[in-house]
Amino acid sequence: MNMLVCIKQVPDTTEIRIDPVKHTLIRDGVPSIVNPFDAYALECAARIKDKNPDAKITLVCMGPPQAMDALKTCLAVGGDKAYLVSGREFGGSDTLATSYILATAIKKIEETEGKFDIIFCGKQAIDGDTAQVGPEIAEHLDYPQVTYAHEAFAEGDLVKVKKEVDEGFEMIGVKTPCVITVTKPNFEPRYPSIKSKMAANRKEIPTIAFADLESIIDSGRIGLKGSPTKVKKTFTPEVKTGGIIIKEDTNEASAKVLFERLVADKVM
Amino acid sequence: MEAKTKDLWVFIETTDEGNAKNVGLELLGAGRGLADKQGGKLVAIVIGNNVDAAVKASTTYGADKVIVVEGSEYQHYTTDAYTNAMYALVEKYAPTSILIGATNNGRDMGPRLSCRLKTGLTADCTQLAIDEESGNVAWTRPAFGGNLMATILCPDNRPQIGTVRPGVFKKGEPDESRSAEIIKEDFHVAPEAIRTQLLEVIKEVAGELVDLEGAEIIVSGGRGVGGPEGFKPIKELADALGGVVGASRAAVDSGWIAHAHQVGQTGKTVGPKVYIACGISGAIQHLAGITGSKTIIAINKDETAAIFNVADYGVVGDLFEIVPALTAQIKKLKGIE
Ligand SMILES: Cc1cc2nc3c(=O)[nH]c(=O)nc-3n(C[C@H](O)[C@H](O)[C@H](O)COP(=O)(O)OP(=O)(O)OC[C@H]3O[C@@H](n4cnc5c(N)ncnc54)[C@H](O)[C@@H]3O)c2cc1C
Ligand SMILES: Nc1ncnc2c1ncn2[C@@H]1O[C@H](COP(=O)(O)O)[C@@H](O)[C@H]1O
Repeated sequence: MNMLVCIKQVPDTTEIRIDPVKHTLIRDGVPSIVNPFDAYALECAARIKDKNPDAKITLVCMGPPQAMDALKTCLAVGGDKAYLVSGREFGGSDTLATSYILATAIKKIEETEGKFDIIFCGKQAIDGDTAQVGPEIAEHLDYPQVTYAHEAFAEGDLVKVKKEVDEGFEMIGVKTPCVITVTKPNFEPRYPSIKSKMAANRKEIPTIAFADLESIIDSGRIGLKGSPTKVKKTFTPEVKTGGIIIKEDTNEASAKVLFERLVADKVM
Repeated sequence: MEAKTKDLWVFIETTDEGNAKNVGLELLGAGRGLADKQGGKLVAIVIGNNVDAAVKASTTYGADKVIVVEGSEYQHYTTDAYTNAMYALVEKYAPTSILIGATNNGRDMGPRLSCRLKTGLTADCTQLAIDEESGNVAWTRPAFGGNLMATILCPDNRPQIGTVRPGVFKKGEPDESRSAEIIKEDFHVAPEAIRTQLLEVIKEVAGELVDLEGAEIIVSGGRGVGGPEGFKPIKELADALGGVVGASRAAVDSGWIAHAHQVGQTGKTVGPKVYIACGISGAIQHLAGITGSKTIIAINKDETAAIFNVADYGVVGDLFEIVPALTAQIKKLKGIE
């Protein structure tokens, strides 16, 4: 089983604060982390590898040079090899352009690593929250996809995927090669050991630059220029204020006041 | 692709039984103004099996025209069957804009379709407008876990596509007397072109279906409920109100309640009339899922909890005393013993 996991480095959105005066995001000092859903995707791949010791996990990340840190973190918890896709030509890409670059880079990486049977992505990246790059990679490569996966089980060229749906779960069968996007399962990703961290640090991470893809990529479909969607403006959401606070002497009294207000205001 | 018409399409997601899901009908309401401004028709796209009920609902809720694709291969959603059918319809009719509900299935199909059409897609929108300068749809959506809003245009490619959160727009008033032009398209997808197979259905909790997205009243519990038994008063309040039980991720992660109940960025996005948050601190990821609620009520013993910033009614105090007291008052009012 030859697996690829797409890893994005994202700002830790739980640490983001809003500048109370300028109403803009304060990104300074916000740590960069591995997108949590990608960590789950990697865990899914690692669980397949636990059962199939000759399976291989390759990682790919598109981003600036410091995104190398995210790849190092992931190498320490199950990745065998990692590639960074980086270059200013790729900057400003929307999801369609990003997925096109990643799909092209995947073809390039396959020249060295062999054809991938399963491509894992996170369900969504927590900075953009779009959940589009995974299905779009699948479309560029013309592979079937299963989204909202909790776990995947490989049996020869058949992959059984436990997919979350409104009513619970479905077990979906799909043949390789395929794309699987992973949501939060009810287990946590494994931790690195000191030894695996040191080994990861020593690993060489090749960078794939625009020049490496130039002969196989359409430069009109990448970067800001090649992105069909354009951000017109950003703004901070209006914070609702002026709600009614109820705090009576006893909890019973508070409940009574709440009830009376709800009835008076015809809330229920 | 060049748009051949100025029409705005709304994808009407159907259930396996052929009924329209609420979100499609909500989007017909939201799409009316956009279609009028664009100078085109409001068209409902209904794909499924035995979907007469969904076609009727589309008419009743405001479509000028309904395009229907029926077949047994569409009864249960699959990426391949639905994307192929949508793609064939778009190729034929070339609308200028498409709205899709941001449900699990909508967000599975949307990127596949837009990528095949090599056009832009804006995910999970919460506001829709027509950009005055350019006449394009202005898609507004939250990013960074709800900390920032972005307005996005797709100026040079057609159709312009967006997925829109369920519950953000309210369904319009149904009008049984309306009629619409109905077009049946005979399009089928071969079995071998559907590359995924449903092997087994695993129901979360026997018989229990958690319809958070469609619920009018939700009572949610967080870490503050303290354990699985802590959901008992929550459930009792929900039952008294005829509502559904929700939960924060902290409660789900602690194993107190099934994930199907989770509300927020990694759970469900909800838009009830009343959302009651009990023992929930109001982390941005939780708030991301509830801002579509009409009225938010918070019960928390920590006066400084962030949930109070978004609550219309905030009660400071112990939920184990306040919730049962509230339940008792409501039962008394409704005459339930
Ligand atoms: C990528 C990512 C995605 C996430 N997605 C989600 C998501 O979808 N949904 C979600 O909910 N969270 C999500 N989270 C987690 C989120 O950041 C918070 O950790 C979580 O929402 C906290 O849950 P809570 O409010 O129940 O717990 P806490 O933050 O621990 O708050 C518990 C509250 O209960 C109050 N309390 C305690 N006892 C009582 C009592 N007896 N009476 C009244 N009040 C009491 C306390 O004052 C406190 O405010 C996500 C996080 C990340 C990083
Ligand atoms: N720049 C990137 N590099 C590697 N993988 C990415 C990148 N952007 C998105 N992905 C993958 O696609 C998933 C969905 O991202 P998004 O569509 O941005 O929400 C992520 O969880 C990653 O697995």
